[in-house]
Amino acid sequence: MQNPTPEMHDGAVSEELLLRWEARGLERRTFLKFCSAITATLALPMTMMGRIAEAIEGDQRPPVIWVEFQGCTGDSEAFLRANQPTAAEIILDYLSIDYHETIMAAAGHQAEAAKHHTLSQYQGQYIAVVEGSIPTAADGAYCTIAGRSAVDIAREVCGQAAATIAVGSCSSYGGIPAAAPNPTGAASVAEVVPGATVINLPGCPLNADNLTATIVHYLTFNRLPATDAFGRPKFAYGKRIHDNCERRSHFDAGQYAEGFGDPGHRQGWCLYKLGCKGPETFHNCPTVRYNEGSSWPIQAGHGCIGCSQPFFWDTMTPFYGRLPTVPGFGVESTADKIGLGLTAATGVAFAAHAVASSFRKGDKLEADQVVKED
Amino acid sequence: MSRKIAVDPVTRIEGHLRIEAQVENGRIVNAWSSSTAFRGIETILKGRDPRDAHHFTQRFCGVCTTVHSMASIRAVEDALGIQVPDNARLIRNLIMAIQNVQDHVIHFYHLHALDWVDITSALRADPQKTAQLAQSVSNWPLSSAPYFKGIQERVGAFVGTGRLGPFANAYWGHSAYRLPPEANLMAVAHYLEALEWQKDVIKIHAILGSKNPHPQTFLVGGMSIPVDPDSQNALNADKLALIGSLLKKARLFVEQVYIPDLLAIASFYKDWAGIGGGVGNFLSYGDFPMRSGSRSDDLYFPRGRIEGNDLSRVLPVDESEITEEVTNSWYRYSDGGNQGKHPYQGETEPFYTGPKPPYDFLETEQKYSWVKSPRYQNQPMEVGPLARVLVAYASGHKDATAIVNHVLKTLGVGPEALFSTLGRTAARGVDCLMLAQKAEFWLQELTDNMGRGVLEVHNRERWDPSSWPREARGFGYHEAPRGALGHWIRIEDGAIANYQAVVPSTWNAGPRDARGQMGPYEAALIGTPVADEEQPLEILRTIHSFDPCLACAVHVLDGRGHEIIKVRAL
Repeated sequence: MQNPTPEMHDGAVSEELLLRWEARGLERRTFLKFCSAITATLALPMTMMGRIAEAIEGDQRPPVIWVEFQGCTGDSEAFLRANQPTAAEIILDYLSIDYHETIMAAAGHQAEAAKHHTLSQYQGQYIAVVEGSIPTAADGAYCTIAGRSAVDIAREVCGQAAATIAVGSCSSYGGIPAAAPNPTGAASVAEVVPGATVINLPGCPLNADNLTATIVHYLTFNRLPATDAFGRPKFAYGKRIHDNCERRSHFDAGQYAEGFGDPGHRQGWCLYKLGCKGPETFHNCPTVRYNEGSSWPIQAGHGCIGCSQPFFWDTMTPFYGRLPTVPGFGVESTADKIGLGLTAATGVAFAAHAVASSFRKGDKLEADQVVKED
Repeated sequence: MSRKIAVDPVTRIEGHLRIEAQVENGRIVNAWSSSTAFRGIETILKGRDPRDAHHFTQRFCGVCTTVHSMASIRAVEDALGIQVPDNARLIRNLIMAIQNVQDHVIHFYHLHALDWVDITSALRADPQKTAQLAQSVSNWPLSSAPYFKGIQERVGAFVGTGRLGPFANAYWGHSAYRLPPEANLMAVAHYLEALEWQKDVIKIHAILGSKNPHPQTFLVGGMSIPVDPDSQNALNADKLALIGSLLKKARLFVEQVYIPDLLAIASFYKDWAGIGGGVGNFLSYGDFPMRSGSRSDDLYFPRGRIEGNDLSRVLPVDESEITEEVTNSWYRYSDGGNQGKHPYQGETEPFYTGPKPPYDFLETEQKYSWVKSPRYQNQPMEVGPLARVLVAYASGHKDATAIVNHVLKTLGVGPEALFSTLGRTAARGVDCLMLAQKAEFWLQELTDNMGRGVLEVHNRERWDPSSWPREARGFGYHEAPRGALGHWIRIEDGAIANYQAVVPSTWNAGPRDARGQMGPYEAALIGTPVADEEQPLEILRTIHSFDPCLACAVHVLDGRGHEIIKVRAL
């Protein structure tokens, strides 16, 4: 990692660095725009911009191994929608994506050889990205790549990585395959590779802006960003959707959409009665939004389904059911209590899942494979 | 000289696919298609609220996102007898159309092109000649010599780092690559342009659906995106205009970049019009309803079936003729038999009998895949853009006929060329162009509705489960980018009793059935030449021509919630 020089703390990006980027075909304006967007997403002061620019300087493109297990490729697709920088810029300029089955040209044993080259050449230095949950049942037969089980591959790839980024709710918490009754023993990266340094970027799919921001944070400070109890970076998951919601004033005023397409719904009133889970969900959707800030579910008239929360497929369903009704609903302080109460409930569910998955894996795997941080 | 080879992972697809093939004297004489992952999502659906199902099923796949939401809400609407408002029909048509258009372009440039385009050769191209080539096939403005020189320098600098990232260790320089350097450079430039384009045009999903992937405005009975010209919180004139400009951007790229590239590249590979034919049977459910409440006889893409490569007859489609077999799939039926089951009676009890990982080869003389074998009247069927276009063409569809004839004439080939690897890839372009040109019509219809004060987006009559019958069942169809998609749901006491999806890549990727009939991937590989067994580029060409999507294909459901039983240890 490049150590920042003291004179760069004023936020300026050095001329020398800009010239180097220009020589590689990237306009300085584009580069500066990217640095400033990343700095903002990370909720850092603009005085940090120079340090960030230095960290993503090109010749040090970190190698990345992106593996997918029980996923739907939705997180990869989200990555392809990235704008600051774009996927093309990331692929050519910022990272060296040495393995990613959906986009890589090589196939079969030549693809595997590319992965092993990075594993040995950059041991302990590459970034692992994991998409999809990992099935632990059936001796690993529920997901194999090149004849090897997902469990084996995850241990090999994440176990030797400098850091592992779990993209999406499946690799973060098991996601939809782990929804009851979890037919395949689907587990998260942190469960399967307990020794790995993992940061979770849940969401279904994750927001690409949070992925680029996490990578840059890592390159800038040489450590992963601070996380909450669920292993999520606070810069992206530190605030409740309900607290930043553009419809919050309607909630406070007691103005609710009663049906999809009714006058209140058309005027952007609160979606609480239509099942919105914003009061119990922590994510930066209201501020970052999706597809270059185009929209997000509540803006488009559909309630939040809580997709960044652990086990939301079980704890947030039925999706069109209203949050537990509490006396005096409609008063702001009550909504805060709902959020607090449900956060605690999710915490309990998280702990319970950890216990359950220990049992589950104890049934299926060797004892040394079932260590679970408690 | 006979040798068995395995390609695993098959990359540049969605999901986990493994191909094993027997190669004899430079040609494939036998092939096995295997999906190597299973998630069990239908099992997870059992007992849940049918109105929630589309959120779950949408996660079958994040590449062809939206498609399993569409099929799911249609299945529930069919079960409960719900008609959706006209605005919902049009918003759905727009979402489906741009999904197909964007997905096809991504497939062509980012998943398929590198089977035909050698990036390293592009570094030897003459930018001046590349500009001449580009200008001779299209009016696309980004076609100057300095532009191509800039692309070449950018790629050259990247290659110069010695770290090729996703382009490392591929089959560059393979003898089967045949494009001149200038055509390669043109294609590389458009690879990069398409990466930018796809993230822009799909903002239509964000406007109408909140985000992409996995839009979140689908509803049983309609859509949740409000329309109101007099609100800043609904679809209004401003947003309609933005959608209009994005649709135009989508159409221009398809007309001026994708189609000309497709024809230019195809002209160098015309021998592939005689390779990769497959099973010769094609199925399309048809899609894009043209009127509110319209039935299967009023769809922009017609419903129909073609058998034995015979374009003189379009046969009817009856979903009750569909069955799924598990003879060679890692499941077993409760009756222990190999008889196919209709999806309403579908079962999915995992029964893994394959080798314990790690393994070198599957045991292909027995069960060898997580994909089932769907059959129509016991026949394997190919689905996808080729099936859709063939059914439309054979039905005398005006738009399809005009575009297909233009493609055939430009390439100097007859309709028989469509039954091939090249035909499959060309048909995807035809499909894409038809929808890119039709979508603006649906936007105009939506605009007209709003202008007349028609603002309804959701039919609430059967929203409340208390209004439902105790038992109901329904079929939801959709023509997804990869082809005919069906969802079957049984509802009991307001909850899902059984859910089954038979998806495009199940039709195409499925293994042999009890009669030994190969699935379309397998049949298409027979006879494919393989110049170098260590670098089976030709296998990728034919398999990618189907645009595999394996996460979709594997998921099937046990309606009775059987415990997942012990997997046989080997």
